[in-house]
Amino acid sequence: MLKSIAVRVSQGTQYIKDPRQAQPQGFRGKPVVGAAACEAGCTACMAACPTGAITFDPVRIDLGRCVLCGDCEPVCPSDKLTFSNDFKLASTDREALWVSASHPDIDPIKVSNALHKRFGRSLKLRSVSAGGCNGCEMEINALGNVNFDLGRYGIDIVASPRHADGLVLSGPITRNMVQALQICWDAMPEPKLVIAVGACAISGGLFEKCDSVDRHFLEAFKPSLYVPGCPAHPLTFVAGILDLLGIDS
Amino acid sequence: MKVIEPLRLLHVRDVPQTELQEFAQRCSQRLSQGERLLTLFGRPDDGDAVVLTAVLQPKEGPFGILRARAPRHAHYPALTVHHPAAHIFERELWEQTGITPEGHPWLKPVRYEGARQQHMAEHPFFTVRGRGVHEVGVGPIHASVIEPGHFRFMCLGEQVHHLELQLGYQHRGVESLLLRRPPLALTSTVESICGDSCIAYAWAHCAALEALTATSVSAEAELVRGIALELERVAMHLAALTGLATDIAFLQGGASYGRLRTAIINATMRVCGSRFGRSWVRPGGVRYGLTEALRQDLLQTLAAFTKDVTEVNALMRSARSVQARFQGTGSVSTPAAQDVGLVGLVARASGISVDTRTRFPGRLHEAWPIPTVTESTGDCWARMQLRMREIDASVVWLMNIVGNTTLDLCPPLGRVPAALRADTLCVSLREGTRGPVLHVLETSSQGQLLHYKVQDPSMPNWFGLALAVRDNEISDFPICNKSFDLSYCGNDL
Repeated sequence: MLKSIAVRVSQGTQYIKDPRQAQPQGFRGKPVVGAAACEAGCTACMAACPTGAITFDPVRIDLGRCVLCGDCEPVCPSDKLTFSNDFKLASTDREALWVSASHPDIDPIKVSNALHKRFGRSLKLRSVSAGGCNGCEMEINALGNVNFDLGRYGIDIVASPRHADGLVLSGPITRNMVQALQICWDAMPEPKLVIAVGACAISGGLFEKCDSVDRHFLEAFKPSLYVPGCPAHPLTFVAGILDLLGIDS
Repeated sequence: MKVIEPLRLLHVRDVPQTELQEFAQRCSQRLSQGERLLTLFGRPDDGDAVVLTAVLQPKEGPFGILRARAPRHAHYPALTVHHPAAHIFERELWEQTGITPEGHPWLKPVRYEGARQQHMAEHPFFTVRGRGVHEVGVGPIHASVIEPGHFRFMCLGEQVHHLELQLGYQHRGVESLLLRRPPLALTSTVESICGDSCIAYAWAHCAALEALTATSVSAEAELVRGIALELERVAMHLAALTGLATDIAFLQGGASYGRLRTAIINATMRVCGSRFGRSWVRPGGVRYGLTEALRQDLLQTLAAFTKDVTEVNALMRSARSVQARFQGTGSVSTPAAQDVGLVGLVARASGISVDTRTRFPGRLHEAWPIPTVTESTGDCWARMQLRMREIDASVVWLMNIVGNTTLDLCPPLGRVPAALRADTLCVSLREGTRGPVLHVLETSSQGQLLHYKVQDPSMPNWFGLALAVRDNEISDFPICNKSFDLSYCGNDL
């Protein structure tokens, strides 16, 4: 009993009061494309990018592909590329997931009135990893810990697809998981939504060109929310889902 | 005495290629003499042939390496018959190359690669016959947020007689992917093979590339890599303890270990930008050093952590409910662990003193040793205790290094030339949170990467979980599984 009280005292208050306002110190988050001109003919950042997230010209970074590794930063002779600790990277639109010098931020998510009405007070999600490396899976798990405490907003991860309003998908979708993923999706009652978490789920990421990956599922069932990162930071998820459902933090 | 490195570099002409039968005999002899089989695999070679490589860990000295060349579809007497530790490697060898180990008791694909993808149903499960025997199938998708895998229990009443694990659902084709990009641009991909063990993977990979390019890495960079590795090991042990506490509804433990892990991974992020240590390690050294401010930050984090984790550990160890669930549950005896070739933490919990950092210390751990910790009972309790004790050992080591102001922990990142030594075989090992992470790279006569073998410690250890649950209640499976805390994607690649 005394040990338990001692642990409780040490525990103190751990939850992040307003996740939208959090400042994750040191986080290599949103890429920042500076205004400096590129050296003529230089493609060093493109060559360094492991997922082909960078295109020219002008320099544009696709956050659906970017793994936030920062490998592009040191190779740029013009110091054009840096990273900020901004975690607000989520979007409802795959085509809107990019930054450039003239478009430095991801467009703010517009609240969906339909989703707010239906799921604004309670959203139950089923997580499926389909080739995830356990990075995104651990971060999805962390959503429920005492720090991020997503449950306080009525959003929970549930065990059965029968209890779920949505699918949280991580991983590039391996061929060996195609059938299980489909069965799980079919078991969820309508209405339901898909949330794609991490570069792998959004674009295939580092595994986009692997023969063992089959992404037809996402062609048929378009995600309502894309949560970039590698792995996606829990704050990116929290801010994205609260914005989508119009929940105050 | 010469320091034994966790790496070995050999010109392929210095490793004689025997024919298959002789190779099998020599492997068998060495295993009979008590050597441990670290890996056994094949790669396709010109003219419809296969080149086999076995890496052995003798009682002392560097790795032993045996090689053979054989036609595809050749047969040889399976090593598994006398040396069960070879069972998973021989299954993989057969799946990847077509070489058949004759007499293998259960020759089934490990991960259903290539043409076997989506054909799992064609390979039925082991069947136990008899009155009252029933089967329980779980997965591939499980109740919690976890990677997929299928578990087939053969039970009599509530008691598990046998568990067959079927993995492969996470198979992304990593090994072939690693041959498609320039070797020096592979680190991000390597960090995503098993994303909870980024540092161990990146270090094993970078050490191999550095050896293949004759690049020397400063002692300071090795120190920072060592710091990164111990932070990762602490964080993952905390994740396993969180799961263990949660699985027995010991909620205060679950909540506390969860937030303690947050403290460690956020400290990692303040150094390198990622909670999982991504991009910290790069060929040539480390991209991020510890400035004086970061050093103080880490010391403060670790000091606060030590006080709190000690309290939670004491609470967990003294709780009758925890003792009742974990003690005597999921036991793997020392001989069984030895026979099936368990590695890493799981082996140490069964009383086998194996740790890459002690056995192959290299320059870093020779100068800054870290004690190998073991338990004897091999049950869930032993694996829980060992995680707590390994966390303590890591934190003492970290405080010792980070608190030593005479050490420079801000080394610049060295340059690594792009050209790899030709016709070279490189074996690189690092002790990750689960055990030895093994990378074996081979280059062609033009210095191109010819083959990249990756092996997670989970691959040999999954069968240990099957042994652990035998004669246990099926309801104890979750805690057995969590106490092992193995990787699915590391196995499936």
